[in-house]
Amino acid sequence: MTKLHGAIILGLGTLLAVLAAGFAADGLFRAHALIVMLALGIATIVMLRQVEFGRAPARPDPSAYMDDPIRAGAILTVFWGVVGFLVGVIAALQLAFPDIFNIQPWFNFGRVRPLHTSAVIFAFGGTALITTSFWVVQRTTRARLWGGALPWFVFWGYQLFIVLAATGYLLGITAGREYAEPEWYVDLWLTLVWVAYLAVFLGTLLMRKEPHIYVANWFYLAFIVTIAMLHVVNNLSLPVSLLGYKSYSAFSGVQDALTQWWYGHNAVGFFLTAGFLGMMYYFLPKQAERPVYSYRLSIIHFWALIFLYIWAGPHHLHYTALPDWAQTLGMVFSIMLWMPSWGGMINGLMTLSGAWDKMRTDPIIRMMVIAVAFYGMSTFEGPVMSIKMVNSLSHYTDWTIGHVHSGALGWVGMISFGAIYFLVPRLWNRTQLYSLRLVNWHFWLATLGIVIYAAVMWVAGITQGLMWREYDDQGFLVYSFAETVQALQPYFVLRALGGALYLAGGVVMAWNIYQTIRGKIRNEKPIAAPLTAGTQPAE
Amino acid sequence: MSNTEKDKAQAGAEAAPRGLLAKHAILERNATLLLVASLIVVAIGGIVEIAPLFYFQNTIEKVVGMRPYTPLELAGRNIYVREGCYVCHSQMIRPFRDEVERYGHYSLAAESMYDHPFQWGSKRTGPDLARVGQRYSNDWQVEHLKDPRALVPESVMPSYAFLAEARLDTALTADHLRTNVTLGVPYSDEAVENALADLVAQATPDADTSGLEARYPNVTFGDFDGNPREITEMDALVAYLQMLGTLVDFEAYEPEQNYR
Repeated sequence: MTKLHGAIILGLGTLLAVLAAGFAADGLFRAHALIVMLALGIATIVMLRQVEFGRAPARPDPSAYMDDPIRAGAILTVFWGVVGFLVGVIAALQLAFPDIFNIQPWFNFGRVRPLHTSAVIFAFGGTALITTSFWVVQRTTRARLWGGALPWFVFWGYQLFIVLAATGYLLGITAGREYAEPEWYVDLWLTLVWVAYLAVFLGTLLMRKEPHIYVANWFYLAFIVTIAMLHVVNNLSLPVSLLGYKSYSAFSGVQDALTQWWYGHNAVGFFLTAGFLGMMYYFLPKQAERPVYSYRLSIIHFWALIFLYIWAGPHHLHYTALPDWAQTLGMVFSIMLWMPSWGGMINGLMTLSGAWDKMRTDPIIRMMVIAVAFYGMSTFEGPVMSIKMVNSLSHYTDWTIGHVHSGALGWVGMISFGAIYFLVPRLWNRTQLYSLRLVNWHFWLATLGIVIYAAVMWVAGITQGLMWREYDDQGFLVYSFAETVQALQPYFVLRALGGALYLAGGVVMAWNIYQTIRGKIRNEKPIAAPLTAGTQPAE
Repeated sequence: MSNTEKDKAQAGAEAAPRGLLAKHAILERNATLLLVASLIVVAIGGIVEIAPLFYFQNTIEKVVGMRPYTPLELAGRNIYVREGCYVCHSQMIRPFRDEVERYGHYSLAAESMYDHPFQWGSKRTGPDLARVGQRYSNDWQVEHLKDPRALVPESVMPSYAFLAEARLDTALTADHLRTNVTLGVPYSDEAVENALADLVAQATPDADTSGLEARYPNVTFGDFDGNPREITEMDALVAYLQMLGTLVDFEAYEPEQNYR
């Protein structure tokens, strides 16, 4: 397919968007159609300007890797990361100081929070996953990405999904299901993009020149196929009008709740865990220059992890109107899940055996190691919180918020930063990063931010849970709900501070990456020289 | 990095496995097989947990009083969803002494049986709303939505004053009911035909509400937002809030019959 064909298809898409805007059944759908029109219109012009008429298009070398989408992805991962963290800090400040950022209705907290969660999970995390999976699958199969221009469709199609989801939340277009908020037509679009993604990934695996499929690719493949299943089932819905934004979920009440949390928990399990484990299994051994610790452990923990994770959803519905048998099943499997999760952590950490000195000299390794450590910590905390007795206290409180952030900031964020720092010099043929000292700054800002965030949310959550159930000698509830809200104010302020530190780390990374791409090298003292034989302690 | 570079990570540090694990090489050499095996393994949990909820008769309790939402309440519920209220408010009271004393009878599955989607929520930055209906006056609700801290100084809720200025879009009212009918909500043909008329009657003072009351038992009506001249989004949202948790007749409910 040539660029001319691409431009024609984009132009037709633009025309369809114009028609959809013209015949829209409601104003919100019209607004979205206009956004699509604008995006596709710009893409058409950009594409047309690249067409070289009267000349045969240059055929890409079929033996070379396709790295252009990966370069674009590395830049956008950093961009979406900073945006997502920024929106998070804004949301945190809104809870601490409810009268700031009071821009009704678009920036009310109820619309900003889905914007934040989707920006970090789907925009930052999703772009990081697509980008790194394209790199990893090519390097470990020694084959070019399959599908001609299809990887570009996957990449930009996914970005269009992000823009539609994000603008939708601010406009008030939401399906009202946590982490699955985009409406029916955005869901359909993502389904199309995701099927193309599966085709590119599987196609590349089938074209591989290595006999074995490397372990990182098992995790990426399981992530892609499971997300496809979860996304399609959970978003089954019926639109009110084919030219309107509103749809009604196919399921209702208790069935809808369990379907949603089957999806929701496995968005964590497969999007934020399996996919990022794929990332860990490639970038950690590469950066440490050590083989993966145990091949057997990777087999066992892979199959155990993907089998057990799916069952854990009902622990989000403890003591609700969901039947008890389903709650108990969810709890039991959540506790079992601890073992395969730690299998991954052990395999990651032990990969450094014999190379632990790199922790001292290489801040990128430090970042990856703390990512795995946070993975271990939050996958221990999760099973604890899934125990019904614990959950009766922790549920509905900020403890849950702290838990997800230790996983998201600590594990997902840190392993992605490590991968980006690994990729960027190689993608732009630079000998090294602009500055390793800035990586170290990023490491400490981010780590400090996470520690403050998680600790503050533990205290806030447990305080809140205990205040709700506090009785006096007479047998009356001690606190009104409003008093428990007031008690949390200092913690909300501190939480915003933790988030701001993490955001500051992200900005430092963005500067470092920008300068690296420009080919600059910062004049700085090396972090630490590797130990020479003479300084070794006596045997 | 060149094409021919051997991936260092691939070389394992241990001897090749024997026995069952050696069979894994079959999956590692066949991408399609690996895909199919993964899909089967991840499908099992969901099938075992979710599918029975659709045919176990005791999943949803037998109760007296549940009815579908009136067109105005449904429109209000859609505003509740649109504004992301579920981000901070749950609608699911757990069977604990403190929750039952604070919010009322624990929530039943039957009470959300017509909810597409469910709005049980997962976080209580604000209080549970499952039984907020009729706890406060319409005036209180409107003033609180406009300026929460004027009534509850500790509150961190944003202002929703714009709802009082926004006319409710009623163009697709009957289509909304029809979509719900397709998904199994038992609106009668008569209810669908009269959808718009019922919506207007519920929010207009001194309107003829006989049809509305016949179709929707226990309905409350009148001017909800203090502005009788037009039907606003505030009317719809307050109508929805005022019916939350008021339908089931707990005098007639026998918990022992419904243990699951």
